[in-house]
Order: sequence, then structure tokens, then C-alpha cells
Amino acid sequence: MADEWKPKILAIICNWCSYAGADLAGGARIQYPPTVRAIRVMCTGRVDMLFILKAFVEGADGVLVSGCHFGDCHYLEGNFKAAKRMFMIKSLLRNIGLDDRRFRMTFVSASEGAKWGTVMEDVTNTVKELGPSPIKEFKK
Amino acid sequence: MAENTEPRIGVFLCHCGTNIAGSLSIEDVVEYAKTLPYVTIADQYQYMCSTPGQKKIDDAINEHNLTGVVVAACSPRLHEPTFRTATKEGGLNPFRFEMANIREQNSWVHMHGMWEEATEKAKDQVRMAVAKAARLEDLIPKSVPVERAAMVVGAGVGGMQAALDLASAGIKTYLIEATPTIGGRMSQLDKTFPTLDCSQCILTPKMVDVGRHPNIEMMTYTEVEKVEGYIGNFDITLRKKARGVLTPDEATAKGIVGGGCNGCGDCSEVCPVIKPNPFEMGMAPRKAIYIYHAQVMPLIYTVDFDSCVKCNLCVDVCGDKKAIDLEMQDEFITVKVGTAILATGFDLISIEEKREWGYKQFDNVISSLEFERLICASGPTGGHLIRPSDGKTPMAVGYVLCAGSRDNTGGVAKPYCSRFCCMYSLKHAHQIYEKIPGCKVYLFYMDIRSFGKMYEEFYYRIQNEGAKFIRGRVANVLEDPETKNLHIYSEDTLLGRPVDVEVDMLVLAAAIQPKEGANVLRKKFGVSASQDGWMLEAHPKLNPCGTTTAGVFLAGVCQGPKDIPDTVAQAEGAASAASIPIHMGEVELEPYFAMCIEDLCAGCGMCINLCPYAALDLTEKNGRTVMVVTEAKCKGCGTCGGFCPGGAIKMQHFTSPQIAAQIDAFFAGGEQ
Ligand SMILES: Cc1cc2nc3c(=O)[nH]c(=O)nc-3n(C[C@H](O)[C@H](O)[C@H](O)COP(=O)(O)OP(=O)(O)OC[C@H]3O[C@@H](n4cnc5c(N)ncnc54)[C@H](O)[C@@H]3O)c2cc1C
Ligand code: SF4
Ligand code: SF4
Ligand code: FES
Repeated sequence: MADEWKPKILAIICNWCSYAGADLAGGARIQYPPTVRAIRVMCTGRVDMLFILKAFVEGADGVLVSGCHFGDCHYLEGNFKAAKRMFMIKSLLRNIGLDDRRFRMTFVSASEGAKWGTVMEDVTNTVKELGPSPIKEFKK
Repeated sequence: MAENTEPRIGVFLCHCGTNIAGSLSIEDVVEYAKTLPYVTIADQYQYMCSTPGQKKIDDAINEHNLTGVVVAACSPRLHEPTFRTATKEGGLNPFRFEMANIREQNSWVHMHGMWEEATEKAKDQVRMAVAKAARLEDLIPKSVPVERAAMVVGAGVGGMQAALDLASAGIKTYLIEATPTIGGRMSQLDKTFPTLDCSQCILTPKMVDVGRHPNIEMMTYTEVEKVEGYIGNFDITLRKKARGVLTPDEATAKGIVGGGCNGCGDCSEVCPVIKPNPFEMGMAPRKAIYIYHAQVMPLIYTVDFDSCVKCNLCVDVCGDKKAIDLEMQDEFITVKVGTAILATGFDLISIEEKREWGYKQFDNVISSLEFERLICASGPTGGHLIRPSDGKTPMAVGYVLCAGSRDNTGGVAKPYCSRFCCMYSLKHAHQIYEKIPGCKVYLFYMDIRSFGKMYEEFYYRIQNEGAKFIRGRVANVLEDPETKNLHIYSEDTLLGRPVDVEVDMLVLAAAIQPKEGANVLRKKFGVSASQDGWMLEAHPKLNPCGTTTAGVFLAGVCQGPKDIPDTVAQAEGAASAASIPIHMGEVELEPYFAMCIEDLCAGCGMCINLCPYAALDLTEKNGRTVMVVTEAKCKGCGTCGGFCPGGAIKMQHFTSPQIAAQIDAFFAGGEQ
């Protein structure tokens, strides 16, 4: 049990929707796997592609960016601009030989605590299926 | 604190009683924190947010000459302001504080048999927070002046009360109403539970107060077009829909002395176009030039340009008053306000889509709002309750309570309780007994929710008056084609047997939903929706009037179903909250602005179009083209900073080095 591989997943989430949704999941005591660590930003628009690439280079097994639903961004369209960038991440990952399912962008609103729990489960399951990031091996 | 000194970070773990300490090892995390780079002191306390808890921070800053503070406790969305204050009291810049959310995002979501995992996660969270705290910088919040004016959108009883309170507190208040009159749903009601006050009698004086309050600028037939700015300085563009009729003031302004609409109604008499009146739920006619009802405020006629045939008969009869302008166009005006309250109320759901109850299929099935108009003395029948198919007085009336409420079957149905249907159905039963002695009333219910002051007593009263309560969901309603009577099929769940009750008329206590257009409006103000579609309050318990947009507040049913007393109470709360920044005269904005690092800026201009607020421009500086930020416009989303290919945009408090350090801290298991 102690030796079982525990994936390291980074989440970068916006203050207004997904962070609030994650807080709500807590308030409702929705249980999910302890595999994800979150960094709070004001809006997903803040997410620089380099943050995600950096996370993978440092050995992330998976990365999640989560924000407001389209039309609900606290700053009108930050999530839209972010989503465009996030498409690029997927192809970049493929180019460097990483499975692009290791990266994901989701939209969880401040009232979707249960959905946050589901996203946590989903992301964890996907990453577990894919196994440890090959980058870690490479770096050794 | 001098910039070149090594960071000295204090870490404080909160037990939150057993909320945190019951799910992970505080002791282990504190010991671990002590081993982290830059950490000078790590401590713990039962409740960090309490006075002694905060004092620990204050003392440690002074004793250990800290440069940054980390508290691992609940969500920063709850207590970041508290601990920033404590940090400031200790003599540090309040922005040298970082929070690790080990409650909402750890101890509460990894509760059973997850002790080790939760403890590990808390260590990671603390390590990441310390990494950020070591790189935090002093920031100075910007104070901006607050415009001494407020706006209330929606003039139902909630919006009216909020406007009256704000105006009476000396604040210039714009009251915006989409329809031609203020009053909202309450003016459609006959009586109000449980006191049975006549609704118009208690509402009309309030409408008059609103109309003549010197601080209220009432703008009916007007909608919000665009919202710009931020707390203290909202620039709101309004669309004054073409009403086709001038008020006396507008006429005077146009040099028509003594002119303008005086509400005589001569125009309406001659108008040849007949349309259903939405105020009477379509059960009475109105003309193309109309008022909703006799007590409208303001008493100014309105032309419905969609149905007007431009025959000019009204213009002629209006004569020298020259009130009617059939060429009138929508007008746009922009007003500046410091704060705003949304109070847009509700609609009934499209209950015809619940086919089983026969609304719009059978003549004698009506909605509860139609009932209100039918029983009202000023309604289409003069208060004589008659059934639509043949105008006969019904001698047996059925009620379907929770019609589409507390219903998880999807479609138009709503999972929530609409909160006032039980009570108004009881009220209706009483009104029927009062008007039609001997009439039978059958209420099909799931539960009777009579939770308010004097509500349960009212329920007993109606039971004693003879109403029949049948506990069960109505499965099906069929019409007798001959008599147009209705058969209600249900199960009496208390007796455990099927029932078939024949009535002359059936009333559906339909579920409610947010007012049409409320979604578009809330997005303009940056307000979120709850899962059930109503507008989302900042905190369900501690901030039920606020929203996540600073300076924007909620009142009445737009935030969730409530009856009139609750609507008025919330409106007074919202008005009080909205008046605070205005009375303070200044608000502090979080200083999360973008900054251009000019040495790195290539002047490519790629960021300019990314900014949703047009806060960025290019300029010439020392012979180079560089970007500049207009701080007053920047809201700190970081969309520009997340993109700049040269890393030339510094997002204060969310800088790239800070975020990179958090990422490193997670994966490297500590800082390099
Ligand atoms: C059949 C029935 C009977 C009831 N009986 C009782 C009773 O006896 N006692 C009781 O306490 N409660 C009763 N209620 C509940 C009561 O109607 C509500 O509590 C009350 O009307 C809520 O007021 P409000 O101001 O929040 O919303 P509303 O009354 O709905 O007012 C909202 C206003 O905002 C305007 N508006 C909407 N959108 C916009 C926009 N985008 N721009 C500008 N303006 C806009 C609307 O035109 C409207 O004037 C009853 C409800 C129903 C349906
Ligand atoms: S001009 Fe329009 S509003 Fe006036 S009377 Fe004719 S149809 Fe009615
Ligand atoms: S952070 Fe950048 S994009 Fe966002 S509002 Fe400020 S200047 Fe505009
Ligand atoms: S604020 Fe949530 S994505 Fe922009």
C-alpha cells in the first residue's frame, strides 16, 4: 500500500468558479482522491503555457486547468482566451511524446461542488491508466 | 522590510477544532514545515482566526522579524482578509500573506481512512505556500473614490424597497424597470398571506413613495444595455425603450408647454388595435396604446410598436398635449453609480409542458397567477371567480401543489421548493370560501410547508374552514368533454388508495424560475448562477446579499424563491450593504494590476487585444515602443500576462516567478 504509485497532478484553477466549486465540494464533504494540488489564480487567462510545460518537465503525471464556464468568466472572456492556448498545449505534448490526455481543461462553476469531485476522480483515473510520466524516467 | 534580506517565513497551522485536526496530523505538518527553506517559525493553534490565534501572527512577526506569513487553515475565500489584517497589525505589508487551504480542499474531502494521504497533501500545500510567500512583495492597494449614486435593477417589491432605503439614506438612486410600471408580481396579487392584507392597498403607497422621492430617478420601460467599470465607478448604459409617449417633463423640455401625458386614457379609447394584457395574464384586452392597470406608476401610456398600425387616431385625440410621438426611437444614456442591486424576480415555469395536468389543453385548468387575477376585484372579472369554459361559478376547485417544484424528472420541472406555493394555495382556499359559500376545495400536496411567522396558525385556520387535504402527487388529469369538469387522479398516500376527484376548475401552483433575461443581465454584472439557476450570493450564510462582483448585491426572488416578508428583509439588507461603500466614500481595490517590464517588452502589441477591458496601449518611451497599462481599467485577470511571449508583463501577486516557485515546490519536494 505504502509503495503504491501515487500520481502527482497539478491543478491551476481560477478564483471565481473552480476554486469556489472546490471549496463547495469541501463544504459538502464530497470525497475524492488526494492526488491533486491546486494553485489559485484569479482567472484561467493568467495560465501561461510555460507553467504547464514546466509542470510536465518537473515531472507532473498530469495537469489540469479549470475555470468558469464560457460566458461566466469573471473577466468576460479570460477562459476563452485560455482555452485557445490550451489547445496548443495538447499538440505540444504530443510533439514531445507525451500522451495529451495527461493535460485537461475543465469548466466547473462555483455551484458545482459535486462536479469538482467527479473531475478529481476522472483526472486521477485517466492519469493512473497512463501510468507515471515518462519524463521522470528520462530525467533519472 | 528590505528587499535584499533572506525571506523569513512564519507558518501557522489551524486545527479548526477537529475540522482539520480530525483528519490529518497537524503535529507532523508543523514539524515538517520547520524543515522547509526560509521557515523561521512554525506553530499551531486551535482556531487561528480567533483573537489569540491572530495575536500569534502579530507576535511572531515582531519576535522573528518575519518577511512573510503562511496560514494553513480554511479557504482564502473565507479568511484571507482576516489574516491579511493580522499580518498588517504585526507591521508587515498585508500582501505578504499566503494561505494553504487544508480544510475545504483537504481535511473535508479526504476524511475516512485517509490520514496519511491527507497529511502528505497538507505538507505539499504548506511547502507550495511557503515557496510563494518567500517571493511575495509589498503591494499598495489603490483607493478609488465611490460615486455617490446607486442603481437598482427591477422594481418589484424588493427593488422598490431597496431603492427607498438607499434614497432615504441620502443616496441618488436609479430604479430601472423593464416593464412600463413599477410594482412587479405583488401588484398582480389580490391578497397576501397570512394577514390577508389587500396587496394593492399595501403596495400602492410604496409605489407612490418611490414615484415622488426626490432621490429616486425612476426609469420604467428601460433595460440595462452595458456595464463597465468596477465598484465605486460603474458606468452603466441604459436603453430607454421607445415608449411613444412623452411625460410632462419630457414635453416641457421639448418646448411643449403644459403638454405631455396626463394619463387621461383618451388615446386608448380610440385605438383600434386589441391585444391581450400580460398583466391580466392575457385574460383581458388592452389596446396598442395602453397602461397595465389603474394604479400604474408612472401614469404614462405606452405604445406597443409591435402591434401599432400607425393610424394616428391617438395622436389626434391627444391634441394639444402633443404627448404621443409615433416616431420615437430607443434612447441610450450612461449613468455612473458606485454600487448596484439586482432585483429581477421570477416567472412561473411553462407549466403546459407538464402534460399530465392539462394546462392549455383543458379550459378549466389555470395557473395560480391567473387565479390571483380572477379573484381580484380590479381583475378582468371584477373579482367574480368564474371558470373559463362557461363563465359559471365553480362549486369544486382542485389544487395541485408543487406543480413542477420538488420534482426531479427534468424538463421544465425544478428540484427546489418554490417556497410560497403552499401558503398562497391556503390563501386561495380561504378566498374561495369567502366568495363562494359551499364551494369545496381539494388540495393535493406532498407536504405543507408553513414555516413563517403565523403561517402554521394560518394553515390550521384553513383546515378548520373545511379545505380537504389529500397527500399525493397528481398523476393525471382528464376532462369530461360534456361538462368540461376535470377528474383528478392521484394516490392518497395517507390512506394508501387511489382517488378520483371531480372538480369544476383546477389551479396549478406552478414552480417558479428566474425572470426571462435575468441570465443575460447577471452576466453583464459578472454575477454567477447557482446550480438551480438563481443568482449566486457571495456566501449562502454569511453574505446572502452580496455577490462575487464587488459592489453588486442581490435582493428578492432573483436570488432564490422567497415570499414578500423575506424579499423586503433581503432588500433592506442589500440596500444597507450597497450604501456602505458609498458612505465610506472610498474603496480599496486589490492591487493585482498588470505591470509592463519595459526592458523585456518587445512592443509587439499582441497583448493589446487580449485585454477584455481595453486597459493596454502601446506608447513610445526612450525611443522604443512599449506597452503601458491604465491601472484604473485593469481588473487583474492576468489574461495579458498569461500570454506575453517575452514574459514582459508582471501580474502583481500572481507573478510568474511566484507561480513557478509553487510548481517547483510541488514536484521537487522542496525548494532548490
Ligand atoms: C400566485 C402567487 C401568489 C403569491 N402570494 C403571495 C402572498 O400572498 N404573500 C407573499 O408574501 N408572497 C406571495 N407571493 C410571492 C411574491 O410574489 C414574491 O415574494 C414577490 O413578488 C417577490 O418580489 P421581487 O421584487 O423579488 O420580484 P418581482 O415581484 O418578480 O419583481 C421583479 C421586477 O423586476 C423587473 N425586471 C425583471 N427583469 C428585469 C430586467 N432585466 N431589467 C429591468 N427590470 C427587470 C420585473 O419586470 C419586475 O417588475 C406570491 C407569488 C405568486 C406567484
Ligand atoms: S397610432 Fe398606434 S397606438 Fe395610436 S391609436 Fe393607432 S394603433 Fe393605437
Ligand atoms: S490583467 Fe491584463 S488583460 Fe487583465 S485586465 Fe489587466 S491589463 Fe487587461
Ligand atoms: S474568472 Fe474563472 S475563468 Fe476567468
